[in-house]
Amino acid sequence: MAKIKSAEAKTQVDIHKMSKAAYTWREMKKYKTGYILLAPFYILFTIFVILPVLLSVFFSFTIFNMLEPPEFVFMQNYVRLFLDDDIFLLAIKNTLIFAGITGPVSYLLSLLFAWFINELSPRVRKFVTLVFYAPSISGNVYIIWTILFSGDQYGLVNGFLIDIGLVNSPIQFFTNPSYIMPLVIVVALWTSLGTSFLSLIAGFQVVDRTLYEAAAIDGVKNRWQELWSVTLPTMRPQLMFAAVMSITGAFGFGAIITALCGFPSPEYCAHTIMHHLQDYGNTRFEMGYASAIATLLFFMQIGANALIRNLLSKVGK
Amino acid sequence: MAKLRIKKSTHALNRSLAGDMSVTGILIIFGVFMAFPMVYSIVQSLKPLNELWMFPPRFYVVNPTFQNFSDLFYLMSTSWVPFSRYIFNTIFISVCGTFGNVMLASFAAYAIAKIKFPGRKTLFSIIVYSLMFNSTVTSITNFLTMSMLGWVDTYLSIIVPAIASPMGLYLMKQFMDTSVPDSVLESARLDGASEWKILWTLVMPMVKPAWMTLIIFSFQGLWNQGASVYIFSEQLKTFPYAISQIMTGGIARAGASAASAVITMIVPIIVFVLSQSQVIQTMSSSGMKD
Repeated sequence: MAKIKSAEAKTQVDIHKMSKAAYTWREMKKYKTGYILLAPFYILFTIFVILPVLLSVFFSFTIFNMLEPPEFVFMQNYVRLFLDDDIFLLAIKNTLIFAGITGPVSYLLSLLFAWFINELSPRVRKFVTLVFYAPSISGNVYIIWTILFSGDQYGLVNGFLIDIGLVNSPIQFFTNPSYIMPLVIVVALWTSLGTSFLSLIAGFQVVDRTLYEAAAIDGVKNRWQELWSVTLPTMRPQLMFAAVMSITGAFGFGAIITALCGFPSPEYCAHTIMHHLQDYGNTRFEMGYASAIATLLFFMQIGANALIRNLLSKVGK
Repeated sequence: MAKLRIKKSTHALNRSLAGDMSVTGILIIFGVFMAFPMVYSIVQSLKPLNELWMFPPRFYVVNPTFQNFSDLFYLMSTSWVPFSRYIFNTIFISVCGTFGNVMLASFAAYAIAKIKFPGRKTLFSIIVYSLMFNSTVTSITNFLTMSMLGWVDTYLSIIVPAIASPMGLYLMKQFMDTSVPDSVLESARLDGASEWKILWTLVMPMVKPAWMTLIIFSFQGLWNQGASVYIFSEQLKTFPYAISQIMTGGIARAGASAASAVITMIVPIIVFVLSQSQVIQTMSSSGMKD
């Protein structure tokens, strides 16, 4: 026992003499179980998430068709994207419209509904949460929208419009470019109350009740004031997490667009960066060019996150 | 009784009747909008042929029938690859991917949350950054990785990336931060328990809501896994893929396709109904500190 104690005392002294690197190394050895525990996950995570991002930046400066070794061309892919590829410019425009609407709207709706749901009694709250959350987890059930809005008189919407005499022949909702974008946005919003929504619901529930009482004494008069000055500042971490989820989601609706109006969409009217990437990566195997698109998409999402982080720091101030 | 009265009074703080009514009204309107397509899928799946092709179309069913479901099973039995194979593929992928993700993510989350090794903050902030972009970004290079590893057209190409998904680790770590007290771990360590033993006997039981949530999130994602760019063989394709093939079958299959939509949505919904409280409990610690 005494021996151990003296050994401990010795190491205690040594710490002060150690350089920072040596100290770190000692700590690393001491806690090596930590590294062993996280290694399996982080190895896979590096291979399938970190490395792909770095590699796509690298490949974006090359021409690479997977058969010959990549050929370094510097900015050529980016120049081609912005100067020579009209469809890409259209895709950027569509992506900005699409993500610019679905992201913020879905976020605000999540917040609004989570707030309202929080006012309900626990049992009703559970049911209403399910109703709002269900579309986001139900796989490709959004296909039902093609039946609701189908281009013949048997679609519910067209059937109704014809029946009341508003139109004479069915509207081709999913082939007419002027209807596609708004419809796709509605469907995307319908499926978008997912993880961020749940996080906000949970966020409202953990706010300390006594804060509301204190606020009432301090002169907070209605639920809007209460939301802005008490609830939102306390749940800022949830707001941040939900925003991150909404942004990732807003750039991830490619599959829904393809399912609703085909790929490529009529006159490329709902062609997004995600589709352009798929086109060049998985169909044409122009990996360098596709990597340039992926890299741009990466920076768009990171940029959107930085922007929202700035905005959220102003909440409640 | 006293408790009840207190609860009532806090709820009444700053609330006006008009406000309560508009909250309820808005929730009802949007709730109907959210539920309508789901309910309509069920209605469509129960319609007999003459009601499916009826003008004007109705949003209710007069003579409900299970004909569409038996049609669907008939279509399934005529598929090129036995339909049970698609179902097996989806279950196999979901179970392996979910199990791997929950295990590895929990190990790593425990290490980051509770073992004070150098570099843990950096390692965790990488996870946070990785939540900020979606898998479209990595899809091109992952295709190269898959072909280099020779994993194209194998189950591994779907299972392994799912295991490496950062979301589970994030939620698990945040939950451990708030719900596993350090003092308990310290005393176990003083008693000479290994980290491994502490993780299994102390921490894992404490974070049950979190791993339930991880199971559900991972399972939902994999269960809905449709066509993958890595899979070419029909024998390796998944249930949602097979279902979507039936759905695109056109007019003759309108009923069967509604039936298939109902079948796909039912599993994730039931799972969520059973686990909602645990999921919400986990999400309450999901916040991101800035």
